[in-house]
Amino acid sequence: MKKEWPIWEIFIRSKNGLEHRHVGSLHAADAEMAMENARDVYTRRMEGVSIWVVESIHITASNPENSGELFEPAQDKVYRHPTFYTLPDEVKHI
Amino acid sequence: MKDQLYEYILMLGDNAMILGHRLSELCGHGPNLETDIALTNISLDLYGQVRSYFQYAAELKGGDATEDSIAFLREEREYRNVLLVEQANTDFAYVIGRQFLFDAFHLPLLEQLCNSADTQIQAIAQKSIKEIRYHHRFSSEWVKRLGGGTAESHTRMQEALNHLYPYTKELFTETEIEAAMRDNGKGADLALVKAAFDASVESVCNAVGLTLPEQMRNYDKGKYGIHSEHMGFMLSQLQYMQRAYPNMQW
Repeated sequence: MKKEWPIWEIFIRSKNGLEHRHVGSLHAADAEMAMENARDVYTRRMEGVSIWVVESIHITASNPENSGELFEPAQDKVYRHPTFYTLPDEVKHI
Repeated sequence: MKDQLYEYILMLGDNAMILGHRLSELCGHGPNLETDIALTNISLDLYGQVRSYFQYAAELKGGDATEDSIAFLREEREYRNVLLVEQANTDFAYVIGRQFLFDAFHLPLLEQLCNSADTQIQAIAQKSIKEIRYHHRFSSEWVKRLGGGTAESHTRMQEALNHLYPYTKELFTETEIEAAMRDNGKGADLALVKAAFDASVESVCNAVGLTLPEQMRNYDKGKYGIHSEHMGFMLSQLQYMQRAYPNMQW
């Protein structure tokens, strides 16, 4: 029998209209307990209005060893950033 | 009349305070981080409710009474909590069993007090009810988990219930004060609370094959100020600072 409860990743939406963001992880025996634990551990100071829980084993993560081929080719492709447009002064928040 | 209301408020507040203190003893000692935080959250919820009750009690009492003097400067015989909430943190099953039985009583009690004829009681109940609904959900889930878990957890949960359930008779044994508060519409009707209590306790226990002992305790008088041997130890810890350094603040 496994002694330790599995790990769950917790995502919280801080207010309606914003996306859920990863806030941390915790131990729980199942999804329902993960939800209650997330409520107690991560929303004590009114951090959220909605919680998602995902068991960590269901997340497929990129391997740090592959960082070279995955991410470095983007480094010298500045033309992918829309930085060559001149923005009118009236447009803010970009 | 006013004295009866004052004493009734103490009954409500003292139950929450003593249970809150028992839970606070677990701070840093929970079985794991998540449960530790959950139990101390519940303790803080209860202490929040205690403050509301005792602020109101201080107002009723008048003179130089404050929420702190009511919380910390009474003698043991003046506390009106039931014996159930004094019971020790013997193991996690006892902590959960005590919480579950109290929540199953507390929730229907406060549901009635949300319609109290006393506007202060009504306001406190309406503010507290969401917290208590969560406590009830938390403790019910844990009774099901322990009762329906392994043979070991089932045995321990059953042992805790065998010890704790007989204390619940006191919850529903009406005192003169409670009868008067029921009649004037400020307090709850304990017969109705008991019906809701029985239904929720039986449904959770039946779901996981836990049985309720038949033999109940008959002479508990916590509401009259006669407590178990645990109470003195708890009060000496709770009151130490105010007794050793009168009127201290921080």
